[in-house]
Amino acid sequence: MYNEPLLSAPGTCRVSLSIINPVASIFLPLLLILSPSAGLADTPVTMPPPESYCQWEVKDYAIEKPLCGLAGDASRGKAIASDGSRGNCLACHQLPIDGIEAYGTIGPPLEGIASRLTEGFIRLRVVDTRQVNPMSIMPGFYRDPALIHRPGKPYLGRTFLSAQQVEDVIAYLVTLKQ
Amino acid sequence: MIARKILIAVFGLLLASMGNVYAEARSGYEYIKPATRAMQDDDFENPGLLTVERGQELFNQKQEQSGKSCASCHGEAGETLDIKAIARYPVYNDDSKEIITLQKRISRCRSGITDTALATDHPDLLALETFARNRAKGETVNVRTDGAVAELLKQGEALYNTRYGLIDMSCYHCHDMYPGQRIRGQTISQGQGNGFPAYRLDIGEITNLHQRIQQCLNLMRAEPFAADSDEINLLGLYIMSRSNGLAIETPAVRY
Repeated sequence: MYNEPLLSAPGTCRVSLSIINPVASIFLPLLLILSPSAGLADTPVTMPPPESYCQWEVKDYAIEKPLCGLAGDASRGKAIASDGSRGNCLACHQLPIDGIEAYGTIGPPLEGIASRLTEGFIRLRVVDTRQVNPMSIMPGFYRDPALIHRPGKPYLGRTFLSAQQVEDVIAYLVTLKQ
Repeated sequence: MIARKILIAVFGLLLASMGNVYAEARSGYEYIKPATRAMQDDDFENPGLLTVERGQELFNQKQEQSGKSCASCHGEAGETLDIKAIARYPVYNDDSKEIITLQKRISRCRSGITDTALATDHPDLLALETFARNRAKGETVNVRTDGAVAELLKQGEALYNTRYGLIDMSCYHCHDMYPGQRIRGQTISQGQGNGFPAYRLDIGEITNLHQRIQQCLNLMRAEPFAADSDEINLLGLYIMSRSNGLAIETPAVRY
């Protein structure tokens, strides 16, 4: 449990990162939450117990190995990406999904993302985008639960998405080629 | 050498472009949809006015123990309330060293005419708070920022800049970095306090600023700060101080 004092110098974080790695400064993407309907009310009364957390490794701004060694499913990933109570990527990003009335404008559109970024880099952005941009608003969808500050009681010990859900979303995102 | 100068120039431009995150205060009114604005502006359409009326009823209700109501001192419609003073809340009491919200002030005043104390954010207290704040509608928010309050504002700002919950965002992330952008269909505002207590379309209730902060923390899947805790008082003070200069809109209509 730690209290992250973040933003004393928002500008400097970005600037220094862009020097270290030009790729890192391309503000890209991935899912989000934040649906107005994704509050406590959406918490299932009987949530399954938290899964054990798999460690992951960043190398050259990428997580090459799938989380927990799991294989993702693109069609499940697409559903997770549009579901307001799960990935809810649409809260912040535009995605090439039919029938979507409203999407967010905080993050960049994700159409064609797989033509621009490698799978390992996309995985890092979904898992913990702050490895690339410490000031990012984007939640880490698979951060160590011990790093979360003041988690609500129903969410203690949990990651935002499960390892399987993250892999499903990545399997979907890598299909988004131009 | 030239390369270095260019680098410094680029830095300068980048930092200058960050300047817009410290833009001047804009009421949430500027970020809501035209239909919502129309609803707020029409006293027959604005659902928050029902709470103002309820507050006025309570304001005029004689307490058994004393035979007095708030109106006994302040007038039926609160005519003798000092609206300049209302616009200064939350205030800091240098003697007792505590932040006093408008609601707490009302609650203490009320304890002079009845022994029946109401819990923080009790619907009756919220209605009285809404009524009193509505008396000062149009006054500009005028929270003290100097003296002992300056240090408290720093603490409030630190809380504002801290990430919370599974969604792991700070207030700053949405309300300073991205006002004007959309989350799904909703436009992000600067998170100003001048409209509160405000009628909230998403939950169909009136809430004060502290309750709104608690709801926001729930949305972040965080453990919200308790009512009347030091943290919520500091955050409420800091957020309202950011609204200095904005007109009080109570009851605003917000998503």
